Amino acid sequence: MSEPVGYRRDSQDEHPPALYEGYKSTVLRSPKRLPIKINHTLTEITGPLFGHGKLQPGEDDLSIENGEEAQGQRIFVSGRVLDEDGRPVPRTLIEIWQCNAAGRYRHPIDQHPAPLDPNFVGQGRVVTSDEGEYKFTTIKPGAYPWGNHYNAWRPAHIHFSLFGPAFVTRVITQMYFPDDPLFLFDPIFNSIPDESARQRLVSKFDLDSTKPDFALSFKFNFIVRGRDATPFEE
Amino acid sequence: MSEFGITASQTVGPFLKIGLAQGDQEYVVAENVKGALRIDGHVYDGQGQPVPDAMIEIWQANIYGKYDHPDDPTDAELVKSFYGFGRSCTDKNGNFFFVTVKPGRVVGLGNTLQAPHLAVNVFARGMLKQQVTRLYFSDEIQANSEDPVLNSIDDAGVRDTLVASKVNDENGMPCYKFNIHLQGEMETAFFDV
Repeated sequence: MSEPVGYRRDSQDEHPPALYEGYKSTVLRSPKRLPIKINHTLTEITGPLFGHGKLQPGEDDLSIENGEEAQGQRIFVSGRVLDEDGRPVPRTLIEIWQCNAAGRYRHPIDQHPAPLDPNFVGQGRVVTSDEGEYKFTTIKPGAYPWGNHYNAWRPAHIHFSLFGPAFVTRVITQMYFPDDPLFLFDPIFNSIPDESARQRLVSKFDLDSTKPDFALSFKFNFIVRGRDATPFEE
Repeated sequence: MSEFGITASQTVGPFLKIGLAQGDQEYVVAENVKGALRIDGHVYDGQGQPVPDAMIEIWQANIYGKYDHPDDPTDAELVKSFYGFGRSCTDKNGNFFFVTVKPGRVVGLGNTLQAPHLAVNVFARGMLKQQVTRLYFSDEIQANSEDPVLNSIDDAGVRDTLVASKVNDENGMPCYKFNIHLQGEMETAFFDV
């Protein structure tokens, strides 16, 4: 059998390091030993594929709960999932979660004194189309304070979880909104060493995909790891 | 850098369960499936404190060593309704669990055969990117001794962090213990994949 074709290695400065002291919780949760490099076997080049038809209607719309409209600025978030060679990643699962328009998560440990919204849960799922496209309808999340340092605030963001075609393409990230004044002060955003990699987590306002008298729209593309060149047969 | 720059990782944060704790994803198979086993473990930080906001994901081959994926070119059989993916969010004690079957042996690089193993992704608040590890089984002594990934680790103590220990059966189901130490003396072996 020929050897499996692996996936390209990420460059070191396009992802955050395990230890980033500005984000205090990394101090005790980052391994001290260097990770052990392994070449990709069938285990690494395969991975969970979805598309077993498990999604329910409405999982792509966070702005309505039990038929009632959530509070806040209604938005679309849409884009494509591609690999590093620009090839679409079809039928891949995207999961999102976020706080409400006031900056409050519906979660027992969130004690920020901002209102909960009975019509907003903040969780959604979609599967990409054959062309790698996805689209959510949601509410623009608010900024919120957190305990990392004095007067720390997270810039507004939506959490995104993606699988891609293989175990090694799995990524969980956060999508931000343009021109947020909190970027400068946020250690999670600034943990990414490479400036352009950081900016790629910022969505773009897109007038063309807004819906008049209904919703604004932000575009965000995901790029997952591409395949190595095909190796020679043994 | 390629024209299409990679999307960087960010932490799952403390509220991960809102988005990720869907259904019974701990059950890769139902408990009554032949060969079902249970994996139990805790996630600990560098001071040995439990991590209550972590998520563990596993990916594995079926009992014949076949992945349910088009890039597995082997002739081994698929098993109906077996996909090989599991997910468990830790509870307030840092505990996670899975119910699954032991995978068969999967071919490795250079005509080798890997020991039965699960690929493991570890996410948590305080982790800006997941850590990748593997889970092997303590009762696979012969297969483990032949496994190229295990054998690439010289330090036996580090190697042993990848091996889940067989413990007493529970209700007739084989059980394995697998703790994950993010940092410290018992730090788990993590991989750069």
